[in-house]
Amino acid sequence: MQLVKKHLPIAIAFIMGVLMFLQFYIPSKTSNDFLESVTQWDRIISAFALLLGIYSLLNYHYHKLRKRVEGWGFSVVIYVGFFAMLLSGLIGGIINPPPEPVLNSAGAIIGQVEVYRPFMWMYDFLFVPMQATMFSILAFYIASAAYRAFRARNKEATVLLITAIIVMLGRVPLGAFLISYKPFGGEVELLPWFTEWILNNPSMAAQRGIMIGIGLGVISTSLRIIFGIERTYMGGGGD
Amino acid sequence: MALTYVPPEPGSDPAPWDNSYAGAGTVTPGRVSITKPYWILFTSQVHGKAKSVLEIQPTLDPLTDITLIVGSGSEQPVPDDEYEHYFRVYAVPAGYTVAEGDELPPDEWMVGSQTGPLTARANWWNTSRTNSALWSLLVCAAVMFYIFLARKGASLFLRRIAGLDHVEEAIGRATEMGRPILYTCGLGYISDIATIASINILGQVARKVADYESRLMVPSRDPIVMAVCEEVIQEAYIDAGRPNSYNKDDVFFLTDDQFAYTAAVNGIMVRDKPATIILMGLFYAESLLLAETGASTGAIQIAGTDALAQLPFFITACDYTLIGEELYAASAYLSREPLLVGSLKGQDLAKMIFMILTFIGTVAIFFNLEFFQQLFQAF
Repeated sequence: MQLVKKHLPIAIAFIMGVLMFLQFYIPSKTSNDFLESVTQWDRIISAFALLLGIYSLLNYHYHKLRKRVEGWGFSVVIYVGFFAMLLSGLIGGIINPPPEPVLNSAGAIIGQVEVYRPFMWMYDFLFVPMQATMFSILAFYIASAAYRAFRARNKEATVLLITAIIVMLGRVPLGAFLISYKPFGGEVELLPWFTEWILNNPSMAAQRGIMIGIGLGVISTSLRIIFGIERTYMGGGGD
Repeated sequence: MALTYVPPEPGSDPAPWDNSYAGAGTVTPGRVSITKPYWILFTSQVHGKAKSVLEIQPTLDPLTDITLIVGSGSEQPVPDDEYEHYFRVYAVPAGYTVAEGDELPPDEWMVGSQTGPLTARANWWNTSRTNSALWSLLVCAAVMFYIFLARKGASLFLRRIAGLDHVEEAIGRATEMGRPILYTCGLGYISDIATIASINILGQVARKVADYESRLMVPSRDPIVMAVCEEVIQEAYIDAGRPNSYNKDDVFFLTDDQFAYTAAVNGIMVRDKPATIILMGLFYAESLLLAETGASTGAIQIAGTDALAQLPFFITACDYTLIGEELYAASAYLSREPLLVGSLKGQDLAKMIFMILTFIGTVAIFFNLEFFQQLFQAF
């Protein structure tokens, strides 16, 4: 049991980790074929794992329905939505037929009209607008988050507030309109110039520091996994 | 293949096109010798069509050792073993171009005879990544050194990470309030290292949740991540001696669509009102949607991601945020396992080396010492 749950996964992680590391530096055909093969296996496993996910989703909502927990009505929506999409796709197909011509009274073609399969109709006119709605909410959340972040509660928050005002003004024509002075005899007005300076120097320096830290963290975590030091992700194979 | 170029007499104007230049050079296998200045079209032909075209414009600088990479033009040349290439050099009118797949220019424009057949084969080592390999090995050596020290039992200091210090407090609060803890691994797949780091943290969090006999909900966006999370949490409950407290239904798949997942998780936040929300892993535009909704429910929020663009949103909307590398340090920090802590110290040593190199590099650039900069460029 230890062999299957502990030693074998660690051995696979080690061998694949080292091979993938070497693959990055070896451009030979064998190496590229290996990468392609691993990528294909990843896609195959993901496709089968989706069945696992569907079972989990339906099972989760089945229990909510059975126990009539608060908000069980949403589980009904899940079931209706899931089977409506599934059946319409299986029965009606998912690819729309060619557009149909629109004729005038003389029989001449004056345009064309899209013919939708039920699956694509639901996708285009229900799913996509709902996605867009979720994304649109982001604008309001950014406003509320900005309000919270830019309250001048202490010195650091005040610096953040002032910087944010400069960057925001420098990004819109209003900034150049308010202060038309062009520093260093250049062609760019003060606020846009200062905005670029903030983004390219202090902001970029901080970002690169974080990026170097992330890179090192990735290497360190990879080594821990390759050498079997970090085994939490293996669940039962940990010890 | 080397291309020898003899510059024109000073003051002479390189003719844009002069058919008399045709035949002014010779092509022998492996070597092209040109004796007069003109536009050069350096191409290989496969089945009568142009392939891998290189255009060289007239210049007064001598050109030598021009290498033509045969392949897709991607960063890693892909060998094209199925074709035999015949290389030709043409003298062509200024601005005359041939795209890959086009008919070849007329034969009378050709300089010398064609070279070939030649077949491209990829190298066994990408020399442009040699320095990358060396720096990677240096970092690996630093990490391995500290792991070795940790094995020997050396005492290693870790600086405090506020977000992780408050994990236990946040779990305790949820237990007192009788409300669940919501943990999400983000939108990453199991192949993303940030997701693996998040799962490692989940293991430590689940262990503490099991100790407190609280409820841990883990909605997933990827079925494989969900399956791994199930295993990790179940094992944590077994480790804590409370296997019966583990509820398999609390780890579930929602959808792989970004905003549908966000809507579902937001719905859980609003309906179930978790007292603690932990957002760890890879996040995109949904980060603020999740964090703001969580903040509006009054939950304690601890977030961590290596997605630079999302960090400001988490810092704004969450109580504690693990920034970049802290996400990868979290598992070691929470478990305090010596070998894991050792790897963290190695990471710190590597960071120290890079800080020193950055400082030296800044000074070197200031004094125009380009050799130092070249150490970090592909060679």
